[in-house]
Amino acid sequence: MGKVTIPIGPQHPALKEPESFAVTLDGEKIVSMVANLGYNHRGVEKACEGRTYTQALYLIERICGICSHTHSTCFIQAVEEIAALEVPKRGLYIRTIVAELERMHSHLLWLGVAGHEIGFDTLLMYSWRDREAVMDLLALLTGNRVHYGMNVLGGSKRDISPEQAKQILKVMDVLEERTKYYIQVATEEVTLIKRLAKVGTLSHDDAVKLGAVGPTARASNVDRDTRRDDPYAAYAEVPFKVITDGHNDVYGRTLVRVGELMESYKMVRHLVKNLPEGPIAVKAPRKVGPGEAVSRYEAPRGEDVHYVKANGTEKPERVKVRAPTLANVQAVAKMLENGYLADIPIVIAAIDPCFSCTDRTTFAVKNPDGKAAGFIDWKSLREYSIKWHKNNGVDFSKMRIKIK
Amino acid sequence: MNEQEILQKLSSKFPFLEGKGRVARARRIFCDVPNASFREVIDFTIKELGFSILTTMTGVDDGETLGFIYHFASNNGMMLNLKISAPKDNPVIKTVTDLFPSAEMYEREVEDLLGAKVEGLKPGRRYPLHETWPEGQHPLRKDWTYVKPAVSGK
Repeated sequence: MGKVTIPIGPQHPALKEPESFAVTLDGEKIVSMVANLGYNHRGVEKACEGRTYTQALYLIERICGICSHTHSTCFIQAVEEIAALEVPKRGLYIRTIVAELERMHSHLLWLGVAGHEIGFDTLLMYSWRDREAVMDLLALLTGNRVHYGMNVLGGSKRDISPEQAKQILKVMDVLEERTKYYIQVATEEVTLIKRLAKVGTLSHDDAVKLGAVGPTARASNVDRDTRRDDPYAAYAEVPFKVITDGHNDVYGRTLVRVGELMESYKMVRHLVKNLPEGPIAVKAPRKVGPGEAVSRYEAPRGEDVHYVKANGTEKPERVKVRAPTLANVQAVAKMLENGYLADIPIVIAAIDPCFSCTDRTTFAVKNPDGKAAGFIDWKSLREYSIKWHKNNGVDFSKMRIKIK
Repeated sequence: MNEQEILQKLSSKFPFLEGKGRVARARRIFCDVPNASFREVIDFTIKELGFSILTTMTGVDDGETLGFIYHFASNNGMMLNLKISAPKDNPVIKTVTDLFPSAEMYEREVEDLLGAKVEGLKPGRRYPLHETWPEGQHPLRKDWTYVKPAVSGK
């Protein structure tokens, strides 16, 4: 039988984020796959060059909703290194507490999404209900459920009061009980194990060669975790285990993430109980540099790398962001080799893709004939899109959406 | 091996690197490498110094030249950031995708956003810009500016 190439994405019910995969199939088996990314490109790196460090901080935080604190902290660490600012211990501890809370909400979200992709909607409902405990806690500490705005150049913006600290410890106890239940489900529920085992296999050597990071790599026994290898914030003072697993498949990635949840609860308890007294931030200058710095952070999805170059003015010269999903997406093609079409949603979901983090680009440019670049406003862009789709056989102009 | 020892090993193996490197802080080494000797240097740093991970590659617009910083890492958390440059009117660099398949995305990014030319990079869809983005427009270059539209509408 001949081979068929089908497009999956950019809009697809199985995918949570826009990405396009051209999958070549021989019957039900996947022969090869090409990934086309860039749908979430918003021009963040260029936009940072025209903003002050504080404005850039807020922009960088909004690269992604789930890893907002990741990008914010990774960026501000690089700037603090260039400005030679020493963040007080209490500020670092608060940053680390929010970081681990973010890891918790991200992994619980992932657990739900993975459950949904394999048809286990009960797991989705349960884990997202439990995730609300973390979201409420983050709202209590930072004022927001996502985009916490907890960082300032020089430390933390808000302090943690003794009442809030008590609440954190209470929530950790509740979540630990719930996560023990999910571990029981993951290790004892035969249907779940059979669905996830041997799916999306990635050998140790392939994981290393293709540059996989985070739980995706750790599930292939790659013992790398930026929190331990290149400690930042308060991680050098927190004892924790790096969870690795040798299954090399989606089941392994599930075990790694629930294992990391358990470790996070212990870490947050340690951080809260040992929270040092003192100021939470130092005063920072408006002008930074000249200098350059590379900052690394273990996001829930893997290693996030930020490079910042400062030139002595109030605005950065260059900001580069390498989000973990970009490193993992090339491993996906390898994972799906000889896999089944039906496994695509769960395998892609297993790397916990966050294409908002990956792409980050800008305004549309008119004039494909290469003449002076102009800017399309939203109305014209929508008209362009309708026209383009009409030329490709789909007519959206009959849709009437009233936006009040 | 600590940071200073790594720099010493680099300059003793490649005398042209003498004085071109610096230790920014613990676990961060920066070094400028001539474009022509880049491959030689990284063959050494990968095999002998243990920097076998390429975390990312950053393209910068330095005015007259385009710079490319390769951020290498080792298993113990150390980072070696090597920078090569190419003249802006002929920004050609060689691919490293034979050593690091993950470099494909980073090389496509500098080709698209900065207008660099990566020799040896296999043909493929551009990243991250859309296929209808016009030729010759490289947003990350310093002279590429944009003016926000004043009024939304025609």
